[in-house]
Amino acid sequence: MYLSFLVVIPLAALVWRGVGGGWSEFVDNATTPEALSALKLTIVLSLLVALVNAGMGTLIAWVMVRDSFPGQRIVDALIDLPFALPTIVAGLVLLALYGARSPIHLSLAYTRLGVAVALLFVTLPFVVRTVQPVLLEIDRDMEQAAASLGASRFTTFRRIILPNLVPAIFAGTALSFARAISEYGSTVLISGNLPFKTQVAPVQIFNQIQSDNPAGAAAVSTVLLVVSLLVLVGLSLVQRWALRRG
Amino acid sequence: MADRSIASPGLPPEIRPGSVAIERAIDADADPTLEIDGSDRGRRGRSTSVGSRGPGRWIMRIVALTYLAFLLVIPVGLVFWRTFAHGIGPVWKALTTDGALHAFQVTFIVAGCAVVLNTGFGMVASFLLVRHKFRGKGIINKLIDLPLAVSPVVVGLSLILVYGRETTIGSWFGGQGIDIIYALPGMVMATAFVSLPLMVREVVPILEEIGTDQEQAAATLGATPTQTFLRVTLPAIKWGVAYGIILTLARCLGEFGAVAVVSGRVVGQTQTATLYVEQSFENFKQADAYAVAFALAALAILALLVMNIFRPKEP
Repeated sequence: MYLSFLVVIPLAALVWRGVGGGWSEFVDNATTPEALSALKLTIVLSLLVALVNAGMGTLIAWVMVRDSFPGQRIVDALIDLPFALPTIVAGLVLLALYGARSPIHLSLAYTRLGVAVALLFVTLPFVVRTVQPVLLEIDRDMEQAAASLGASRFTTFRRIILPNLVPAIFAGTALSFARAISEYGSTVLISGNLPFKTQVAPVQIFNQIQSDNPAGAAAVSTVLLVVSLLVLVGLSLVQRWALRRG
Repeated sequence: MADRSIASPGLPPEIRPGSVAIERAIDADADPTLEIDGSDRGRRGRSTSVGSRGPGRWIMRIVALTYLAFLLVIPVGLVFWRTFAHGIGPVWKALTTDGALHAFQVTFIVAGCAVVLNTGFGMVASFLLVRHKFRGKGIINKLIDLPLAVSPVVVGLSLILVYGRETTIGSWFGGQGIDIIYALPGMVMATAFVSLPLMVREVVPILEEIGTDQEQAAATLGATPTQTFLRVTLPAIKWGVAYGIILTLARCLGEFGAVAVVSGRVVGQTQTATLYVEQSFENFKQADAYAVAFALAALAILALLVMNIFRPKEP
């Protein structure tokens, strides 16, 4: 009951509103130049952000697990901060360093790069937190065996460690992609809301709601919803595949 | 009789209150020891362990820390610094204006209601998912995770489409004198929607782990289902529930997108703290925005600290 009134019925109504007017109306609403550019920007940026996260997240997880330095626990705790921080505060925080009054004279406000930085901020913990436990559990004996058989460090990493990490990296990347396409709070301040330039889809949806165009908003929302569902379904398929394999 | 036997110290330690916490602590203990063990081995055979030596390690450490510094530490630090640039007095003043106080009040009311709703629902749903078999269980399981994948703005829109004033349900409630959208109930719903999965995802693994042995033992000793729940199950899951409540609360306090859509942003009525931050910032009242943002960030950090206490990582 609770679930259906809170989640199922509203989402169904949303899709109904988006698609209910017929396929052609849906396509018209979802492909207005503004909606199309917002969707394109959202997906391209989110892909880039997810890729950066895959690399940097793995690197950070590696440094956290295999390296040790003073203050490591504090850094480790800090990584969760983007999850805990309200997204609007995240936006404000980034504007403080990369905004118009930037102390390092690097203004990213109202640029696509700025939006990307905001997305990187809020999605930072995903890959780190999925890779870390796996890295902790990897059997070091395998690495030593590889090394004793004459494998170079790079070969050991590529052939022994990486295959073990790939499912976790993939899961974290997919999650951060799903989060990035739906992010609103942190991007609304830094994007400056310029249509065709920095306006991401959630912000565009919000504007449509404010200007009383629920049909257009519902159409774009439906597209976003479908994309994130696809990502999640893909993720659970990959996880099942990894389980069977492992 | 049954009560006393359950509370008696002769029973296996799992039944005693707080044992999950202890178990967790032991679990957490085990991990670092493994790690220490591993790095010991690495130290003994340094040349054989990947990434344990050489310039590569330093480069990676520096790259990772620089990335974190520029993305996370410096911006957050800068906001804190700017908030207190003129001392604590102006901050206190900005936090205690009528607008800010009211915004905090609304935030706490909404978050409180959402937490209560989700705690109740989360526990019931977890029990159903773990202890019962029924048709459509897999679908329910997927549906509970759905809010994590839906954009907050989309959440807000979908609630408006069902409960807005022009819809059947919304106008019926409107006839009864209850507004849902652009009023508190809608904001509570939006907040509850986005934080729905957190509690379930904390409690389900614990329920799966403790199994039903203890509960069956209690039942054979003559405990009623209520007694079993209160004396056996609840003590076992209470830390998970506490952790879930904190997670949910932190998420609810910080919710922005969904609330921004359904609240209508009526200043002094439905404006939450996060909305207040945005509005102040857009109106160039940076000091107010920073002060409230700082308070929200402090709450978030507090939540992190409390969670770290609940889930100890090192002895």
